[in-house]
Amino acid sequence: MAEHYKPVKYKAWEMSLEERFQEVYPPLSERDATVEANRCLFCYDAPCMDACPTHIDIPTFIKKIATGNVKGSARTILESNLLGATCARVCPVQELCEGACVLEHDHKPIAIGRLQRYATDYAIEKNIKFFEKGKPNGKKVAIVGAGPAGLSCAGELAKLGFDVTIYERQKLAGGLDTYGIVVFREPIEVSLREVKMIEELGVTVKTGITVGRDVPFEDLIEKNDAVFVAIGLGDVPNMEIPGENLPGVHDGLEFIAETKTQPLNTIKFGKRVAIIGAGNTAIDAATIARRLGAERVNMIYRRSEAEMTAYHFEYEFALGEGVSFMFLTQPIEVVGNGRVEGLKCIRMDLGAPDQSGRRAPVPVANSEFIVECDMVIKAIGQKKHTDVMQKLATFGVQETKGYIAVDTTTNRTANPKIFAGGDCVRSIGEASTVMAVQDGKIAARAIHEQLVGKGELAASIS
Amino acid sequence: MANLEINFAGIKSPNPFWLASAPPTNSGYQIQKAFEAGWGGAVWKTIGAPVLNVCNRYGTMDYKGSKIIGLNNVELISDRPIEINLKEIAETKRNFPNNAVIVSVMVESKKEAWQEIIKRVEQTGADGFELNFGCPHGMSERGMGSAMGQVPEYTCMVTEWVMDVATKPVIVKLTPNVTDIVQPARAAVKGRASAISLINTINSIIGVDTDTFEIKPNVGGKGGHGGYAGPAVKPIALHLLSAVASDLEVQKARLPISGMGGIETWKDALEFILLGSTSVQVCTSVMHYGFRVVEDLIDGLSNWMDDKGFKTMDEIIGKSVHRISNFGDFDLGFQTVARINHDKCIQCNLCYIACEDAAHQCIDLKELKIDSRVNERLWPVVREDDCVGCDLCSRVCPIDDCITMVEHETGRPHITWNELSKAKPAVVQEWGKMEEYRKTANIDIH
Repeated sequence: MAEHYKPVKYKAWEMSLEERFQEVYPPLSERDATVEANRCLFCYDAPCMDACPTHIDIPTFIKKIATGNVKGSARTILESNLLGATCARVCPVQELCEGACVLEHDHKPIAIGRLQRYATDYAIEKNIKFFEKGKPNGKKVAIVGAGPAGLSCAGELAKLGFDVTIYERQKLAGGLDTYGIVVFREPIEVSLREVKMIEELGVTVKTGITVGRDVPFEDLIEKNDAVFVAIGLGDVPNMEIPGENLPGVHDGLEFIAETKTQPLNTIKFGKRVAIIGAGNTAIDAATIARRLGAERVNMIYRRSEAEMTAYHFEYEFALGEGVSFMFLTQPIEVVGNGRVEGLKCIRMDLGAPDQSGRRAPVPVANSEFIVECDMVIKAIGQKKHTDVMQKLATFGVQETKGYIAVDTTTNRTANPKIFAGGDCVRSIGEASTVMAVQDGKIAARAIHEQLVGKGELAASIS
Repeated sequence: MANLEINFAGIKSPNPFWLASAPPTNSGYQIQKAFEAGWGGAVWKTIGAPVLNVCNRYGTMDYKGSKIIGLNNVELISDRPIEINLKEIAETKRNFPNNAVIVSVMVESKKEAWQEIIKRVEQTGADGFELNFGCPHGMSERGMGSAMGQVPEYTCMVTEWVMDVATKPVIVKLTPNVTDIVQPARAAVKGRASAISLINTINSIIGVDTDTFEIKPNVGGKGGHGGYAGPAVKPIALHLLSAVASDLEVQKARLPISGMGGIETWKDALEFILLGSTSVQVCTSVMHYGFRVVEDLIDGLSNWMDDKGFKTMDEIIGKSVHRISNFGDFDLGFQTVARINHDKCIQCNLCYIACEDAAHQCIDLKELKIDSRVNERLWPVVREDDCVGCDLCSRVCPIDDCITMVEHETGRPHITWNELSKAKPAVVQEWGKMEEYRKTANIDIH
């Protein structure tokens, strides 16, 4: 896949800001897509399908591109994954389908992600509607959070005839697909189009409403036959170091959201930017800063390259973008007179393994130094919604390590009326759009079985 | 959703996709699995005379990294006892009453033998017969298969024997290994056949091993001609289909045609349908990928029909047959020239060398200032006045829509060769007159 990617040259006179924020991978031409699709062996019992959390029938959708049945291809994708257009762009395909491709070992895996984008883009371009809302079954479901888990669950339920309302605290629906994916991976329109598709299935999406504040949880639980909680995670937590409230210290997710929702030329960025963290959000913030025009971007991480949580391809991408990495470096203070002027750090060594199984960083005595910078972006994970957790606990919902505890085969919580999915349940495993989509599907199926399946059974017995 | 049902000489099928008589239709297990996968019908692998098979049976034509663009074989008709086949045919039809089960038969050239097998198969409840007059190897040497189909009189005679006893529709399957396929097709009509199918496999030697000097496929150090099939034979099959479908005697008899030969995708199938096939038969693609290929055959055809606004198969069967014509009836005044889109051109210059060495020397390599890029390589430019409109350059161009053939009115008379021969016989007989005519008709040969 990487053969089409060219790092941006940071010469303002060569590329406009808009050009720098175009999708990194250009769309496949019809010919490229046909050639690539024909490279697919059409394996029987293909491992790529098992590797996809939503189990898209990948050989079939690729075969359909090869035969020119692109409409059928898009349908095959969306039948398993309503957010196929987003997943085509943001899935860590090297870790999933493409990593499992039988051509991966000795050859080059099929560019499954880009082919999926080709087919789903075709459907969007032609404005093809594949699904209809189901015959109303009289059951109501409320969904808290319009991120990928909530949208997927809503769409699947609507197809089955449920009356579904989603409550979303943000102005726009889509969750991190809308606000949290860098523009040059996915333009905001792709996510908003998916929201529209879900709405066209008859789902009501109420944005700007915070459940627990504008609408009480009690009401939702009482007035609906089931509730699906897909609230994701919260803001980036505090680093608990002096000076972190100085002007010039930013939240990584907010920084990304600005580039999704505001004109690029109005976004403030530093000349020298220090990014704290080495996960995928940190990489996104770093590469955005570079593309906006930051001259020096340092990623500061207290462990080493081996322990960083960002995908390897994201690390390689950042290197290609000219981002510098300072491993084994722990920030201890944001310094500055009235605003950020530098980040005081201390060097670390790797000691014995800690609870996470990774070797724990240990400070090196007297090794403090200052990284000069005029902007600090913290991307050290996300807070959990403890207030919501406490509220849900009063309904009997249990938690695991601060995440909502669910049965993985149904995504049902300890309260049989309440289901949950997405990042807010991801106590183990990788938080990703595709996992969230699958959670939504699993919950929708379980809700259907619980509310309609059993009813049918009862009716047939009586 | 378009309705894909067909009625083929009285044989009903939920869609036009049938498995051809071949290894994929060797048993009840296979055919029932295929019906579950979505196939509308199947032609049972030929039953009849006793046989013994050899190893190896397949050779493949692999081309530039693609496997099996062509497949040849020396496998014979069913080597399983007739009783077992008949039992499984009956069971298959019982389990799948809505799918078309057609039984291919082939016995020695004796009236009693043909009539007996037909009667025995009728008892299974099968929907119809296909007479295998096409198998080009193993059976032909014994006076069966293509030996029968290559002599129109035999084709007619055996068809008549069968028609005298058959109560179910009878399809005569034609061999392509003849000079003019229309003759055996007319023989089938004369023999009162209910339908025609084509093509059977084509005589072929798939290759020679350049290390061992053995023929492929190697049967214990020897090899010989086998039946050739797969995507590579499609153009030949389309031609033979169109020849039969546009023959007036066949048209007058209103025999439906089951087309086959290299169908792999729904588009391939559609082309056969547009050229007159009511049902289409598939084998090699299934041998490569399994029965599951039918899903895209159905989905692709159905989506295409929906997009084009067609609702039933009758609206598309044979839709392009009337466009099959002859060289003598082509418009000599229809003129095109090649046009290169330099925004798309990647300067491989294959068009230039093709035109220069193999066509009419009307593409030049020139310095062009296309955009601000510094590019010292030369660009291909067509001299449109000299372009004869042969279309070779656009065929070799690797980029989509880079070279297009643009229609272009030259003032030449729109006349066909046949009309010209009639109107000005001297022109088509003498070069001197031809030269004169060209001048008046604005035809310049450089």
